[in-house]
Amino acid sequence: MSIIKTSVGRRSFLKSSAMAGGGMMLGFSWLASCQSKSEEEVLAMPKEWFDINSYLKIGDNGVVTIFSPNPEFGQNVRTSMPMLVAEELDLDWKKVLVEQAPYHPDKFGRQFTGGSRGIMSRWEPLRMAGASARHLLRQAAAQAWEVPMEEITTEAGVLHHKESGKSAGYGEMASAAATLPVPEEVALKEVKDFKIIGTSHKNVDGKSIVTGKPMFGVDYHKEGMLIAMIEHPPAFGMTLKSVDDTEAKAMPGIKEVLTIKSYKDDFQKAGFDVNAFPEIVAIVGNSTWEVMQAKKKLKVEWISFDSYTETIKGWGGKVQTKKVPGGLESTASHKTQMETLAAKPGKVVRKDGNPAAAFKKAAKVVERTYSAPFLAHNCMEPMNSFAHVEGDKVHIATPLQIPALVVPTLAASLGIPAENIQMDMTRMGGGFGRRAYGHYVVEAALISQKVNAPVKLMYTREDDMTQGIYRPTYQATYRAALDENNNLIALHVKAGGIPESPLFANRFPAGALDNYLAEEWSIDSNITIGAYRAPRSNFMAGAEQSFLDEVAEASGKDPIQFRLDLLKRAQENPVGEKNDYDAARYAGVLELVRDQANWGQDRANVHRGVSAYFCHNTYAAHVLDMTIEEGKPVVQKVTCAIDCGIVVNPDAAINMAEGAITDGVGNAFYGEMTFKDGVAEKQNFDKYRMIRMGEAPKEIDVHFVKNEIKPTGMGEPPFPPIFGAVANAMYKATGKRHSQQPFLGDDKVLG
Amino acid sequence: MAAFNLNINGKEHQVDVDANTPILWVLRDHVNLVGTKYGCGIGQCGACTVHIDGVAMRSCSLPISSVSDKKITTIEGLSENGTHPVQKAWLEHDVPQCGYCQAGQIMSASALLKDNPSPSDEDIDIAMNGNICRCGTYTRIKAAIKTAAKMG
Repeated sequence: MSIIKTSVGRRSFLKSSAMAGGGMMLGFSWLASCQSKSEEEVLAMPKEWFDINSYLKIGDNGVVTIFSPNPEFGQNVRTSMPMLVAEELDLDWKKVLVEQAPYHPDKFGRQFTGGSRGIMSRWEPLRMAGASARHLLRQAAAQAWEVPMEEITTEAGVLHHKESGKSAGYGEMASAAATLPVPEEVALKEVKDFKIIGTSHKNVDGKSIVTGKPMFGVDYHKEGMLIAMIEHPPAFGMTLKSVDDTEAKAMPGIKEVLTIKSYKDDFQKAGFDVNAFPEIVAIVGNSTWEVMQAKKKLKVEWISFDSYTETIKGWGGKVQTKKVPGGLESTASHKTQMETLAAKPGKVVRKDGNPAAAFKKAAKVVERTYSAPFLAHNCMEPMNSFAHVEGDKVHIATPLQIPALVVPTLAASLGIPAENIQMDMTRMGGGFGRRAYGHYVVEAALISQKVNAPVKLMYTREDDMTQGIYRPTYQATYRAALDENNNLIALHVKAGGIPESPLFANRFPAGALDNYLAEEWSIDSNITIGAYRAPRSNFMAGAEQSFLDEVAEASGKDPIQFRLDLLKRAQENPVGEKNDYDAARYAGVLELVRDQANWGQDRANVHRGVSAYFCHNTYAAHVLDMTIEEGKPVVQKVTCAIDCGIVVNPDAAINMAEGAITDGVGNAFYGEMTFKDGVAEKQNFDKYRMIRMGEAPKEIDVHFVKNEIKPTGMGEPPFPPIFGAVANAMYKATGKRHSQQPFLGDDKVLG
Repeated sequence: MAAFNLNINGKEHQVDVDANTPILWVLRDHVNLVGTKYGCGIGQCGACTVHIDGVAMRSCSLPISSVSDKKITTIEGLSENGTHPVQKAWLEHDVPQCGYCQAGQIMSASALLKDNPSPSDEDIDIAMNGNICRCGTYTRIKAAIKTAAKMG
């Protein structure tokens, strides 16, 4: 049992709710339709609710509402986060209702979806909220029954006192519990005592999803709401010159055409204010179709802009200068630029031993260059936001991963104090990093302010795909030195990209090699980039793991044993002190996947590739089985092993892994955005190829390392290594190393 | 603008819209049925799939004038209270992640099973090829379709 100081208490909740006028938790009529279960499904609704703390309220009939604090984009935190509360509160899960918390960091902490940090960051606070409520209920029962609190036990929403034989449902004690002072500290359960955590619970939103209930940003509706769309420059490197709106304005249903500037001139941008097109044309009307038609009638002149530098306020307030070059960029010239820079010495980020000497005396050198293109996120729900600015009050309802980061921008751009901004977090139809950047929220709010009406801003698919905050394009060259006995004696990696380097210099195999050199480079660009499911790892894992496969073969070793030998070295006698991984846990997932996949038992015509990686605090390894049918690779099965500590909701975690694997196979085979003269060349799904059902792995078999370590990330870690598993299986299938993504592009037939 | 009498989920609706307005936007903006989703607008992703006289069609690319004498079924009208075998199988397999594409997936899957009550893996691949799931829930979708086929 661990004793935890309570930092999330009822006092802070009462204070905040008083500030907000009270009862605000109940007042969100639109989000009330986002409740996880219909009222009749949870017996009867209570006559009265009692607020125990900001995360939960208990009804007089024992029904409990848990507020899920973080935005949901498919990682299923709306189930797993309430499970943490329910576990410590000993709830009957059938009597739990889940409601989405509004954005209110004073009450709900960091409401953030990104970096695979959700469950990790909520592991203690949410259990504490449950444990402190349980404490208050036991205390209330002890007072009512006049028995010592220590003798009161709880089970499935019922309080018991064994000696007196008394028992009461939580609903009966909720009223008294709500008046008691919050305990200074509470005890949390031992892992062995978990009843809810570690057991699969179905998605609380399943029923709403399969019956088409309104949940997403695009579904938001308010009486009198207008529809807005935007016209942004057709190419990166361009900006607005002039607009002729005569024809568009004359179209049916059109109210207004206006231009907006997303930022005031003196605004100090922060890291997530990424926006290639801060000046755009907006068109506002009665219905989506009418606005779409009028948008085609806009006559806009765009001009190229010159190079400029801007300052960005980074983490911790550190201001960085960023150069944005003018000009219209193309994929062909990017490739030339990258090759030129990759041939020059890079910036040395880490050096162990004497790599130059080791390469000089090497009996054999293995070298290969890997590359990957820009990727568009392509969330199925295009970017959109509802905004209603009324005087100095703002109401936002939006699908957004990190609400806190857009609030200062909204406040500055609207000229309205941050505390006047009220934000509801709708479900997101995908995020993958794209929805960490809230420019569309700012645009919606500015449009609403100018037209003085509630507005829903809708991006078309083309708007969404051509105003990407893309995964950058990357390149990495690996070199390995082997001695006369085929032992790996040195490794050199030089990696770069447009506009950032993907390198993680302290990750495996750094630490396992006496001689190691890591260099990086980057090239400025005006194409906007940002987080994309496991940033940088999503390239480096594939490159590194493909290269290790090649070196293992050159060494005459089994690829899993080769990695395990390196990890053994890193565990027993690591080189350097900054190694960013736990070699034993890393080896653990490789051993688990080796055993579960029956590695070493080869089958005719089945080609296997292995890959493993560590990122976002979690270890993942895959074995991918491939066949070739009519010249095309078919992924028959992926066996996966993951060490993410305690698995809160196992079936949901398996779903995440399956999705990450399928996403990775799709991007490895087909994913690519290209540019010509600044224009994103793929503008919809007819050109941008997404993986479809017939191309997905036929079977995915996910296994977790069982331990009692605090939970870590699940959304991102299984994604990066799949690129290596695909490449290594393709090598086995074709005898050719595949190093340039996408491996299939437009349906190449393999030789 | 023109008036159209529509039969949606067994109910009569009258809307006054431009004749070229796709069914998708009539459903979403004029009839307040938002379960049918916009994904691409060019019939490439399947998020907008509905049944027109029982056949799965992409509602983003069908003008309202072409269907005014036909029966339109959306995800909201597939069953009373989510009891269609495909919906039940979706819940049993806990298919969705973000959930945005799932209404379209379910409408495609239910149309498939109506025509072909016990589809092979290949039949499923072909019928579902027009529906993109960005979260990558394809393996669960396929398993759920097989389960729904058994529920028949």
